[in-house]
Amino acid sequence: MMRLSGTLLAALLGFWSSVGWAADAAKPESSLNMTAIIMFFIFVAVTLGITYWAASQTKTTKDFYAAGGGITGFQNGLAIAGDYMSAASFLGISAMVFAKGYDGLIYSIGFLVGWPVILFLMAEQLRNLGRYTFADIVSFRLSRVPIRTLSAMGTLFTVILYLIAQMVGAGQLIRTLFGLPYEYAVVSVGALMILYVAFGGMIATTWVQIIKAVLLLTGATFIALSALNHTGFDIELFFRTALESIKSSGLADHKKAVAENKDIFAPGGLVTDPVSAISLGLALMFGTAGLPHILMRFFTVPNAKEARKSVFYATGFIGYFYILTFIIGFGAVMMVAPNPQYIDAAKGTLMGGNNMAAIHLAHATGGDLFLGFISAVAFATILAVVSGLTLAGASAVSHDIFANAIRGGRVDERTEVRVSKFAALGIGMIAIYLGIQFEKQNVAFMVGLAFAIAASANFPILFLSIHWKNLTTRGAVVGGTLGLVTTVVMVVLSKTVWVDVLGNKTALFPYKDPAIFSMTLAFLGCWVFSKLDNSPQAAAERALFEAQSVRCESGIGAAGAAKH
Amino acid sequence: MNNDPVDSQLIQRIKENPKYKELVAKRAGFAWFLSIIMLVIYYAFIVLVAFMPKSLGTKISPDSVISVGIPLGVLIIVMAFILTGIYVSRANGQFDELTRQIKEETK
Repeated sequence: MMRLSGTLLAALLGFWSSVGWAADAAKPESSLNMTAIIMFFIFVAVTLGITYWAASQTKTTKDFYAAGGGITGFQNGLAIAGDYMSAASFLGISAMVFAKGYDGLIYSIGFLVGWPVILFLMAEQLRNLGRYTFADIVSFRLSRVPIRTLSAMGTLFTVILYLIAQMVGAGQLIRTLFGLPYEYAVVSVGALMILYVAFGGMIATTWVQIIKAVLLLTGATFIALSALNHTGFDIELFFRTALESIKSSGLADHKKAVAENKDIFAPGGLVTDPVSAISLGLALMFGTAGLPHILMRFFTVPNAKEARKSVFYATGFIGYFYILTFIIGFGAVMMVAPNPQYIDAAKGTLMGGNNMAAIHLAHATGGDLFLGFISAVAFATILAVVSGLTLAGASAVSHDIFANAIRGGRVDERTEVRVSKFAALGIGMIAIYLGIQFEKQNVAFMVGLAFAIAASANFPILFLSIHWKNLTTRGAVVGGTLGLVTTVVMVVLSKTVWVDVLGNKTALFPYKDPAIFSMTLAFLGCWVFSKLDNSPQAAAERALFEAQSVRCESGIGAAGAAKH
Repeated sequence: MNNDPVDSQLIQRIKENPKYKELVAKRAGFAWFLSIIMLVIYYAFIVLVAFMPKSLGTKISPDSVISVGIPLGVLIIVMAFILTGIYVSRANGQFDELTRQIKEETK
């Protein structure tokens, strides 16, 4: 393992020294690149230091998967926020507000409202029943092999799709910000996340996420305050100025909005029909409750009390962050859109694409230094999210598939941790490979697909196993598989993939978001096939529900914090 | 490996404890009540977006450019946070105290 780390480190340093060279070669932007690169190096140095320390603390499976169960509610709240607030939310949502106005807020709200529901119906149950992965909870009373396999599939699908989207986004962002070739950027991100996860496990991942959350919240607060300061904190004047600025904007989207006399402070064309609106709402709300890397965070706290506190703090941080992205989006309309310096006139977008709205606003309000800081924060944001994803994927492979489904739970801790480290390496390699393969593809649909799978495959079986006595293995397997397969098929046949990616003329499935259909099918499948299941095994599974709910409600028998 | 052998007599004792029944009923009622509030708020908003997008564009006052949709959206975010706060304060106080008593009594 040490040799492996040496090789990775050498590769990483090699890449970064060539970056420095590339930055010098690209003279015009080298000054701003240097600020960003220095700040980024500080972040990498600190996090690698933490990883080194975390590696010495990581001895057992509990340390590796759950940071020994000793994270406090407040720390975990920050880490959840760090895990959840991806660069896609920071850059993507502020860009959506920037380009489309109010529609961006619809997404923000959808991404947030899943949290209270997680708290009310799942957080403490997760903590009291589970140990390392959400499959622990489902297999509390259901049959180990099929359930573990199904849950691991749901996890890996979600994780890989989400990872590809993050990797491609990272490559493009870093190419724009640092002037670094796309492949180098993807390999650097991949190498760092493998180092964090394989050596530092959950302890390192948690601290990377905490640091990133603090950096991102600080940075976003500064951008938003500077934008508000531009109109002397007069909110009315702020929106009025934004409305005026749009008329002199060089952006194609804005010109269109002005020509069509669109109200940017009302819902626009993003959500076109009621079915799509409700379907999107379902995927956003319940997808959050089925994201494996998020669910995993609930096992890092010592008890149900801290699990609840985690969600309270996380909801506060995430909600505050989404309000900031809304201000940043309109701040960019006001200060970035009318400034030709930021506009790529030929394309009718911002320089580097509309996703750069928040980045350009940082420059408009705080100059090169602040731009450098925000660029480094955006990079840190990506690293924290991909690390959480890689760890979740690795634990599905080592804990669910290897230790439980294959070895039937009879495996010593050292072997399991070692398998997990190699799984992290494997998933990292796959992510790097796919990240490079998908460079030229439109990957925007992948996060949506990951949420839809989480909502239609992971969430139904997890939710029903906690709250519905009659769920049986057969019902869960049929329902979960149905949810997974229908989501993928419907998304592939929809306009987002069938037309936009595969280049066909018309979509075979009319809606962009499948959740309303796939979630319904998953729940129906679980219900019908559980009800029809009269096998002795089903009876035994139902009988176990009482023991499960006692543990669920009281926490008696739940795994506690590690003693060290 | 997840199914620790939980003492079946202990489970029986807990189940028959009146305070356990009280805890389960209260917590489930409260959790579902708050969930339904959140769902109603959110899907009412989604229905507005889907069927009456113009209504959210109404200005908050005749001489303002700000639409009602903006404070409403922020309010939903703030409500989500407040609801989690309400649940956590009751669960970490009253429910955990009941749990402690149940554990004490069924030892």
